Amino acid sequence: MKKYLSFFRIRFTAGLQYRAAAWAGIATQFAWGGMTILMYWAFYQNGGNSFPMTFPELSSYIWMQQAFLAMFMAWFFDNEIFESITSGNIAYELCRPCDIYTMWFTKNMAIRLSRMMLRCLPILLVSAFLPAPFNITLPSDWLSGILFLISVILGFLVLISFSMLIYISAFYTISPMGIRILATSVTEFFAGAIIPIPFFPEAVQPIMYALPFASMQNTPFLIYTGHIGGIEALQSIALQIVWFAVLLTVGRILMRRALRKVVVQGG
Amino acid sequence: MKLYFKYVSMLLKSQMQYKASFIMTALGQFLVSFTAFLGVYFMFSRFHFVNGFAFSEILICFSIVLMAFSITECFVRGFDVFPRLIQSGNLDRILVRPRGEIFQVLTSNIDFSRVGRLLQSILMLAYAIPKSEIVWTFDKIMTVVLMLIGGMAVFASLFVLYAGISFFTIEGLEFMNIFTDGSREFGKYPLSIYGEGVLKFLTYVIPIALFQYYPFLYLIGRSDNIGLIFLPFLGFVFMIPCYCFFKFGLRKYKSTGS
Amino acid sequence: MIELKNINKTFKVAKRNAGFSEAVKALFKKEYTYIHALQDVSFTIGDGEMVGYIGPNGAGKSSTIKIMSGILTPDSGECIINGRTPWKDRISHVKDIGVVFGQRSQLWWDVPVIDSFELIRDIYKVEDTEYKKTLSRLIELLNISEIVRTPARQLSLGQRMRCEIAASLLHGPKILFLDEPTIGLDAVSKIAVREFIKTINRENKTTVILTTHDMQDIEALTERILMIGKGRILLDGSLTELKTRNSTHKTLTVDYSGEKLPVSEHMTVAKDMGGHAEIIIDTAFLTVSQAISHISSMVEVKDISVTGETVDEMVVSLYKEFEI
Repeated sequence: MKKYLSFFRIRFTAGLQYRAAAWAGIATQFAWGGMTILMYWAFYQNGGNSFPMTFPELSSYIWMQQAFLAMFMAWFFDNEIFESITSGNIAYELCRPCDIYTMWFTKNMAIRLSRMMLRCLPILLVSAFLPAPFNITLPSDWLSGILFLISVILGFLVLISFSMLIYISAFYTISPMGIRILATSVTEFFAGAIIPIPFFPEAVQPIMYALPFASMQNTPFLIYTGHIGGIEALQSIALQIVWFAVLLTVGRILMRRALRKVVVQGG
Repeated sequence: MKLYFKYVSMLLKSQMQYKASFIMTALGQFLVSFTAFLGVYFMFSRFHFVNGFAFSEILICFSIVLMAFSITECFVRGFDVFPRLIQSGNLDRILVRPRGEIFQVLTSNIDFSRVGRLLQSILMLAYAIPKSEIVWTFDKIMTVVLMLIGGMAVFASLFVLYAGISFFTIEGLEFMNIFTDGSREFGKYPLSIYGEGVLKFLTYVIPIALFQYYPFLYLIGRSDNIGLIFLPFLGFVFMIPCYCFFKFGLRKYKSTGS
Repeated sequence: MIELKNINKTFKVAKRNAGFSEAVKALFKKEYTYIHALQDVSFTIGDGEMVGYIGPNGAGKSSTIKIMSGILTPDSGECIINGRTPWKDRISHVKDIGVVFGQRSQLWWDVPVIDSFELIRDIYKVEDTEYKKTLSRLIELLNISEIVRTPARQLSLGQRMRCEIAASLLHGPKILFLDEPTIGLDAVSKIAVREFIKTINRENKTTVILTTHDMQDIEALTERILMIGKGRILLDGSLTELKTRNSTHKTLTVDYSGEKLPVSEHMTVAKDMGGHAEIIIDTAFLTVSQAISHISSMVEVKDISVTGETVDEMVVSLYKEFEI
C-alpha cells in the first residue's frame, strides 16, 4: 500500500508543476462555463413549458462541471500507458514488484486530482460571486453536502475504473486510438457532459440513469444542486457502489488475462 | 501546387496503411458530432425555439460551421499539432529545407479521418434544407458558399495563431481551446443568443460572427441587406495578424532554439 | 568556406521546484538560470575539409550545428558560410547544405524510401537528369538498391541510416552536417557509413562536419578535430596532436593466475584483486608491448586487454588543464 501512496505523491506533485496550464485552464473553463450558461439562458428566456431543472440548479450544475472537469473529463487518457502497451514496454513494468492495475489506477487518480486541485477553487470562488441566477449556490442543506462528497468520490472511482477498461482494450485491438475516441464520445454523451441527463427525453431517462455513465459526474452534481435528494440520492449512491465494484472486477480480470497473453507471447 | 498534391497523395497513402484505425477514428469523429447534434435535438424537442430561431434554421447554421471547421481541421492539421512538431524536432528539419515554413507545416500533416465530422455536417445540411423555408435562389446559395469560405479562413487563422502561441508556451495553449474547439461548439447556435457583449467580441476581436451570424441573418430572411453576404471576406483580414504573430514566434524560436 | 567569429549564445531556463507550496508560489513568480551554451566560438573550415566536432553532451555541439544550418540565431558574433549568413538567408543557404540528425528521421515512415526521395527532389527543385545521376550513384555507393522500395518503418537502423544519408545528399550540397551518424549502428553498418563519407568527401569535395562520441569514427575519418567543452573551443588540431597532448596513459586489464601482480617502473596498480588487476602504464616511458612482455614474463596471463582514453575522458582531462 505504501508504495502506491508514494507513487501517487510523486505523480501528484509532478502534476502541480504546471502553473501556466493551470491559469490557462481556469480561464478556458470559466469562459466555457459562462458560454454554456448563456446558451441555456437563451433557451429559458423563450419560455416553453417544461423546465427539467430550475435555472439556479442548472447554473450550479454547470459550474460544478467546470470546477471538477479534470476529475471527470472522459477524453483524457495517459499516453504513456497506451505507448507502454503498443510498444511492448509493458514487459519492463512486469518486472517491478507492483500490481500494474493498481499502479495505473493510482497514476490516473494522481494526474486528474492534481489538475483539479489547482483549478477547482478559483472557478468555484469566482462563480459564487456572479450575479444570480448565473452563480453557483451552496447545497440546500448539510446532508446533501455530505452525500455530495461521498458521491463525488465514488463517481471519480467509477470513471477511472471505466477508463481502465479502455487502456486494457489496447491489448486486444490494433487501433487503440479508434476505440478511445468512440468510447469518449459515448461516455461524454451518456454521462450528461453534453447536456445534463434531466434534459433528455422522459422516455430514455430511466435507461440513462441505470447505465454506469450516469454514476460518474451526473449523480454527484445532481445531488449537489438538490435535483435529487433523500432516498433517491441514497439509491443513486448505492448504484455508484455497484458500478464501481463491477467495473473494477471486470477490469482486473481482463487485465490478468491480457498480461498472461503478454507473458506467453513475449509482448 | 503540384508539390502540394504530391504531399497529399503521400499522406493519404501513409494513412491508408492503417485502414482499420482510419475507419475507427473517422467513425469516432462522426459519433462525436452526432452526439452534439443529439444534444441540440433534445433541447429543441423541449423548447422548440431559441431567440426565435427554429430547429431547422439552427441546423443550417450548425452544419455550415461544422463543415468549415472539419475541412479546416483536416488540411490545417499541421498547425493544430504544431507543438508536437516543435517537441519532436521536426521543425528543425523544416528549417533546413528550401521552402516556405507555412507551406511545409501545412504539408507536414493532413488528417483525413476528419471526413467523419464532415459527413455529419453534410447529413445535417441535407436534412435541414428541405425542412427550412428558405427559397434557394442564387444569392442564398452564394451566401452558404461564402460562409463556408470565410469560416475556413477564420478557423485556419485561429490554428495559425495557436501554433504561434506554442512558441511561447505549451502549457498555456489550453486557453486557445476556447477559440478553436469553442467556436465549433458554441458556433452551432447563431452567436446573438449569447447576448450583446459576446456578439460584439466575436465580431471585432475574434471575427467568427462575420461568417456566421450576419450572413446567416440574410440566409434565413431575417435581413434583406444583401451586403451582409460579403462580410465573410473580412475573415481573410484576420489572417494577417495571425500570420504575423506566427512569424514573430518563429523568430523567437530561432533565437532560443526552443 | 565556413567562418565563425566570436559566436556567443546564452539560454534562459526556468527553474522548477518540487512540493505543493512551491507549486503555488510558482503560480506567481518564476526563477531563471542562464546557461552559456557558446562563448566566443571561432573557427574556419575550408572547402572540402573533413572535421570531427567532438565534446561531451551539453558542451555546445548541437547549438553550433544549429547556428551553421540556420536554425538558431546567435546572440552575437559572425558566421559566414559560402558568403551568406545562415539565419538571414535561410532558403538560399539551406540549398547548399545537407543535414543528418542521427536520432531523427527525415524519411516518411509509411511509404517506400524511393517515394521520400522523389518528394525531396521536388522540395529542392532538383533537375530530373541531375537527380537520376545522383540517385544511381548514391544507391550504388551505399548499397541500398534492394531496400529503396521498402517503407522506412520496416528497415533496420543501419539500413535506415544509409537511406537518411542518401536523402541528405540528393540535392548535391556543398556542406554536409552529420550529427552522430553512427549512433546505435552495428559494426558492419558503421564501417559502410564511414567508407561512404570518405568517398563523398574525396570525390565530390563535399565539406563534412561530423559530431560523434565514437572515437573510432574520428580515427577512421578525420584529419582535423575541433573539441568543445562548456561552450568553448578547447582544441583545434589533429588527432595525433590531441593524443600526444593528453593520452600518455593506457590501462591494461589483466586476468592471471597467481597471488599478486609484480610491476616495474612506470606502471601503477589501480586495482588488484588477486587474479584480476588493472594496471596504468605511462606511455611516455614504456610502450604497451614492453609492459605486456614484462607482465607475461612474471605471471601466467589468461587474458589481457588495453584501453586508451575515450574522447570524453580526454575532454575531462582538458577541462582540468583549462581549469573550467
